[in-house]
Amino acid sequence: MCGIAGLIHKGKSANVGSEMTAMLQALKHRGPDSTGYAVYGEPTEGDYVMRLKVAEAEDMGKGRGIHKLIETRIADVEEIMEDAGAKVKSRDAVTEYALRYVLSHAGNTGDMAKSIEEVEGVEILSMGNGLELIKDLGDATVVSEMYGLKDFKGTHGIGHTRMATESDVDIKSAHPYWAFPYNDVSVVHNGQITNYWIMRREMERKGHRFMSNCDSELLAVYTAHNLSNGISLEDSLRQSIDEIDGVFTYLVATKDQLGMAKDTMAAKPLVLYESDDLIAMASEEVAIRAILPEEIDTTDPYDEEVRVWQA
Amino acid sequence: MASMTDEDLKQMSQDERAKALGMTTEQLTGKSLYIEFDPEASERYTYPWSHDVDFNKRTEIDTDALSTTEVNNAIRERMKEGYGTIVLKNPRGKHSLGVGILNKLNLIVDGSCGYFAIGLIDGPNVRITGRVGWSCGENMMAGTVVIEKNAGSTFGAAMRGGDLVCRGSVGSRTGIDQKGGTIIVGGDTGALSGFMMQRGRMVVCGNAGKNLGDSMYDGTIFVGGEIRSLGVDAIEAELTDLDRQWLTRKLTQYGLMPDKGVDHFTKVVAGKQLWNYDNLEPSEKKLIL
Repeated sequence: MCGIAGLIHKGKSANVGSEMTAMLQALKHRGPDSTGYAVYGEPTEGDYVMRLKVAEAEDMGKGRGIHKLIETRIADVEEIMEDAGAKVKSRDAVTEYALRYVLSHAGNTGDMAKSIEEVEGVEILSMGNGLELIKDLGDATVVSEMYGLKDFKGTHGIGHTRMATESDVDIKSAHPYWAFPYNDVSVVHNGQITNYWIMRREMERKGHRFMSNCDSELLAVYTAHNLSNGISLEDSLRQSIDEIDGVFTYLVATKDQLGMAKDTMAAKPLVLYESDDLIAMASEEVAIRAILPEEIDTTDPYDEEVRVWQA
Repeated sequence: MASMTDEDLKQMSQDERAKALGMTTEQLTGKSLYIEFDPEASERYTYPWSHDVDFNKRTEIDTDALSTTEVNNAIRERMKEGYGTIVLKNPRGKHSLGVGILNKLNLIVDGSCGYFAIGLIDGPNVRITGRVGWSCGENMMAGTVVIEKNAGSTFGAAMRGGDLVCRGSVGSRTGIDQKGGTIIVGGDTGALSGFMMQRGRMVVCGNAGKNLGDSMYDGTIFVGGEIRSLGVDAIEAELTDLDRQWLTRKLTQYGLMPDKGVDHFTKVVAGKQLWNYDNLEPSEKKLIL
């Protein structure tokens, strides 16, 4: 089933970490397997925030060898960053397998990202000036607590509660997905994509990488491909309705935008609240009410509807 | 039938009750029991086990700290105490509120509901001051439900009787599998509204999305605005004087009568080229046979 949520504050920052946690916790019943956030802090020009995992949560039960392996992987990643000319300004080991780096880098971050992911077991969850992508097993309060999200200030964010259906319960199959290697772009999705393999092979032929067998990853790769070819977010969303088969509602966030698209059958829900300073959306109204308890007007976007909002 | 009292019915088992009411040919198991009523009884269309409530006796339930089950149980407890008007405060999008009320009752929801609000009801009059999520009024049998704001998709799915009214706009697949009753939408409706509709009427004062009335067996859809496209086997039909009178009465009743009247409404019915669903409802059989 899965639950998705997103919000964007217009022209101001707010505590999007705790807001997204409240929304996603209200959607826990739609998917208790994993929870993920893509939250956007104040952009730091010239600096990049990179979130990556060096193992799966389940790997940690595999004995002492995994700890040594993780040390080796981290050393390899840092060597690659140094070789690429990146300067590590800070490093936080949020969990034993998830790290957060702040880097300054003048070169091509895409090339560096590809090299980093050549290290076995390493996946970059996100890279960008504003984006921080966090996902792990458990509900929103568990993940928020684990990653210290309650004080995260930013302009917008999207999130996901996952009920695993077509792929495993692990971090690599959890949402959101970063639109690798396109900085600051993330995707969450509720639905099933029925031409996944056709589209995946088409994207792979064009040189894109997939880290999981989760159909939602396709939307991130597809969006990255379109954006890197100069297509606007709105046009990419609109084009996806014709090119992606299945039932889906998905959200895409960039450094300063939040967009949504709903397939031609409108079979996956989304409730939308719009005001002059805040736009909030979720699979169910109860998630919006978690941050806006007062009486508000909400609507359901229709089939083939595409919307984009600016921060 | 006329000599059978509610008290007699209460004493019977489910199977005995069904047979006593003339439903002897149907294999009744689980929840398939169909209940007929004594036409001479003073309280028609009430269940033998329903509570005798007083509409002038009013109470409020603050739902904020309650689960859905606790709210719905509290409604039943208040009805048992004779309260005929119940106000639910602070619903905040909770799912499945007011489901399965088989009693006369005035229920006011002061706020918005989530999924499956007021489903499976038979009798109450409900007013929701906010909006509702997906599947509001699903399988409702009788009563009136008025939503002041918008509603989500599958509004009135499989409903069989009563009036289900949304003053705002509704999502997709409105009245999917509708088997009776009336759905009225003050604004627009989304794609595939009236999909596999079998009976009843649907009125949309605004626009309708694509594939309206797709694969409908029977029933009638009236649309005041634009229809993006008709579905398979849905065709336009002539608006009759009887239709105009009915539309005028219904829309006036709910304060949704357009300034320009009802002449502009488009009537959509089944072409009946795919399949003709002509089984009568048990209550209709009783009238005809």
